[in-house]
Amino acid sequence: AENEPSWETPCTKLLVYVSTPGCDGFPSLDSKENYKLSVSKGSMLLSAETIWGALRGLETFSQLVGRDENGMYYINETEIVDFPRFPHRGLLLDTSRHYLPLRAILETLDVMAYNKFNVFHWHIVDDPSFPYESSTFPELSKQGAFNAMTHVYTASDVRTVIEYARLRGIRVIAEFDTPGHTLSWGPGAPGLLTPCYTGETPSGAYGPINPIVNSTYKFVTSLFQEVSAVFPDFFLHLGGDEVDFTCWKSNPEIRAFMMEMGFGEDYRKLESFYIQRLLDIVSSLGKGYIVWQEVFDNDVKLRPDTIIHVWKDNNMQYLKEMANVTRAGYKALLSAPWYLNRISYGQDWIGAYKVEPLSFEGSPEQKALVMGGEACMWGEYVDVTNLTPRLW
Amino acid sequence: RYYEYMFGHSRRRMRGRRPLAARAEPELFQLQVVIEAGDPGCDRHPHLASNEAYHLTVTEPVAILKASEVWGALRGLETFSQLVHEDDYGSFLVNESEISDFPRFAHRGVLLDTSRHYLPLKSILTNLDAMAFNKFNVLHWHIVDDQSFPYQSIYFPELSDKGAYSSNLIYTPTDVRLVIEYARLRGIRVIPEFDTPGHTQSWGKGQKGLLTPCYNGGQPTGSFGPVNPVWNTTYDFMTTFFKEISSVFPDEFIHLGGDEVDFSCWRSNPEVKEFMKKQGFGTDYAKLESYYVQNILDIVSSYNKGQMVWQEVFDHKAQLKPDTVVQVWMANNYAHELSSVTGAGLTAVLSAPWYLDYISYGQDWKKYYSVEPLNFPGSEKQKKLLIGGEACLWGEFVDATNLTPRLWPRASAVGERLWSSSNVTNLNDAYKRLTSHRCRML
Repeated sequence: AENEPSWETPCTKLLVYVSTPGCDGFPSLDSKENYKLSVSKGSMLLSAETIWGALRGLETFSQLVGRDENGMYYINETEIVDFPRFPHRGLLLDTSRHYLPLRAILETLDVMAYNKFNVFHWHIVDDPSFPYESSTFPELSKQGAFNAMTHVYTASDVRTVIEYARLRGIRVIAEFDTPGHTLSWGPGAPGLLTPCYTGETPSGAYGPINPIVNSTYKFVTSLFQEVSAVFPDFFLHLGGDEVDFTCWKSNPEIRAFMMEMGFGEDYRKLESFYIQRLLDIVSSLGKGYIVWQEVFDNDVKLRPDTIIHVWKDNNMQYLKEMANVTRAGYKALLSAPWYLNRISYGQDWIGAYKVEPLSFEGSPEQKALVMGGEACMWGEYVDVTNLTPRLW
Repeated sequence: RYYEYMFGHSRRRMRGRRPLAARAEPELFQLQVVIEAGDPGCDRHPHLASNEAYHLTVTEPVAILKASEVWGALRGLETFSQLVHEDDYGSFLVNESEISDFPRFAHRGVLLDTSRHYLPLKSILTNLDAMAFNKFNVLHWHIVDDQSFPYQSIYFPELSDKGAYSSNLIYTPTDVRLVIEYARLRGIRVIPEFDTPGHTQSWGKGQKGLLTPCYNGGQPTGSFGPVNPVWNTTYDFMTTFFKEISSVFPDEFIHLGGDEVDFSCWRSNPEVKEFMKKQGFGTDYAKLESYYVQNILDIVSSYNKGQMVWQEVFDHKAQLKPDTVVQVWMANNYAHELSSVTGAGLTAVLSAPWYLDYISYGQDWKKYYSVEPLNFPGSEKQKKLLIGGEACLWGEFVDATNLTPRLWPRASAVGERLWSSSNVTNLNDAYKRLTSHRCRML
């Protein structure tokens, strides 16, 4: 028949060539994700330095395959040389405000792979619940999960997530946010949180982690020892955001400690005191760390390879923050304009798309310190019934 | 289906009774449902004047649900199912109760838009279930619009052949019957909306000569505007079309739309301009719109159907039948509009504060809950003319992938506002009940 496209020899094979052998490792911040894709008459070749690049190329290849009205699969002659602009392209899920069943996490990892995301930032515990089943401290989830039988992540669940992610070239960075955002830790770890006072007597309420008792640091060391072993990525996210000082201020022992240490009335110094010790502990466990921007804003002494996570978005102030963080020589991650939990009517994807992470005042060396960013899906109003349509 | 809702997976182990000796508590063996009217209405369709009142007495050994009509029994069954709860040991419990209940407003609706995005049947049926859980009793089916025409017409098959997004994204007569029956079994009326003369781009694909050709400098541009009000063929078409609609949809009301008519195409068309002159309308195209609308209202009346219209039809001073229902949707100063509509002696339905497609971050259910529909200046008589409201989920950004989480449980706030007494307004109390209601709906 006339006007029929001339079909070339059917292509039956995509040859995948990876120059650096090894499929058993984990992806890292330094992984090379470049790939080359050549589709021509009778030959299709995907070549990459590493398996991680091959995965990205495979995803692209799958997007190029079309299907016509007759059901025939076809692909255009193509020549692609591709690599990511930023090495850290992440997504945050919050499994504390609402528990997310395993299948929701795995489904999210699939869609992340379709979009070439390579970091799953697992904000696993927080104030409302503690679903992480710790082998060292089983009481944490027993007392802190919404339901210790049905709303927890067992060691096997966690391993499943890490492996499922790995097969998609996605790093899993766990966040155990302290010293704030820890109310759910209290029931399973008596003595960990600061008792708040009204006047001379304890009010019965609790605040952030108690930074002045040695038991805190013993606990934190043991917990992070476990967490460092369970999560293979080099980085851990240590949180450090939104520490409310009122409880600390109300506690007489803490006030006494503040005086002893000469911190005056500046509770940021107490926060720094805790964080610095935490960072030392985590470093000694051989891990790098990512922290929320307050840790930087409050003048905590940080290791030079710390990554600062910029999240505060009041009137585009985040660009100033990016400039400050990188000027001080730290690596930065951007999330501020990408809080996808803040849903609004209409095509709000446009606002997210228009963001230019490097549009702050700074030298090329500064801009090179921006590792990438993360879209955040905080869980206050999100659970498995609405996660997927809200996020994608 | 209520047995399943209440006992769910436990049904299988229900058959073996526990030995009575082990139980000291009173047991409820039966819920007797009594419908008192001579004609309970089981074979009919619900309508605006249906009696939805019920009386529920829960006591051992037999609970009694009494209602005048089957529609009240359905509402009472829903309430009873909400009273049954499971304890930690798997026992089902219900408190002794005495409930006398009836809706505050008779028209409690949800609008679904199947033109901006096609909604598969499953989506619509699931939504009808959710509506029944919230005692909604009207599905306002905004079935066609500019973007697509999924309604498969028997007299005019070309409308969906050419106007639907694709040949499998349509509602066949069987599909429509299924929706109507599924709704009926839940005491839900189905009011279809065939919105004209605006919002009709998709009609023009399958019905050439229906829409107004737009002109530029004396030449047709190739694009079309609203339905052409000048040609007789328009009214011939509408007569036949609404004959079909009147027989396909059993409800006494049909929604005729009439919103957002853009006059620019009419203004550009020489025949229309000529007609305006002949009719003495001057340059007031609202008069032309009213002329069109009045003709359609007459056509639909001749089929013994009542009409619902959007507020512009009233605002542009068309001559409406006394029992026409005006749907108030424009958010700006809607209280004033309610006064005007009811002041003119017309019945009103409120949607303006309840456009649920306008999703926002956080607990926006609270603002829907806080609406007091009768907060408008007017006499007692006027306030009686506000017969209810509708939560609208327009489809520009909604399809089967996100409909359910976007509409629910936010629409539950509207459902309670329309059913419950005006003094049920405490947000904290509502929050507690809404959170458990949501889990129940899941």
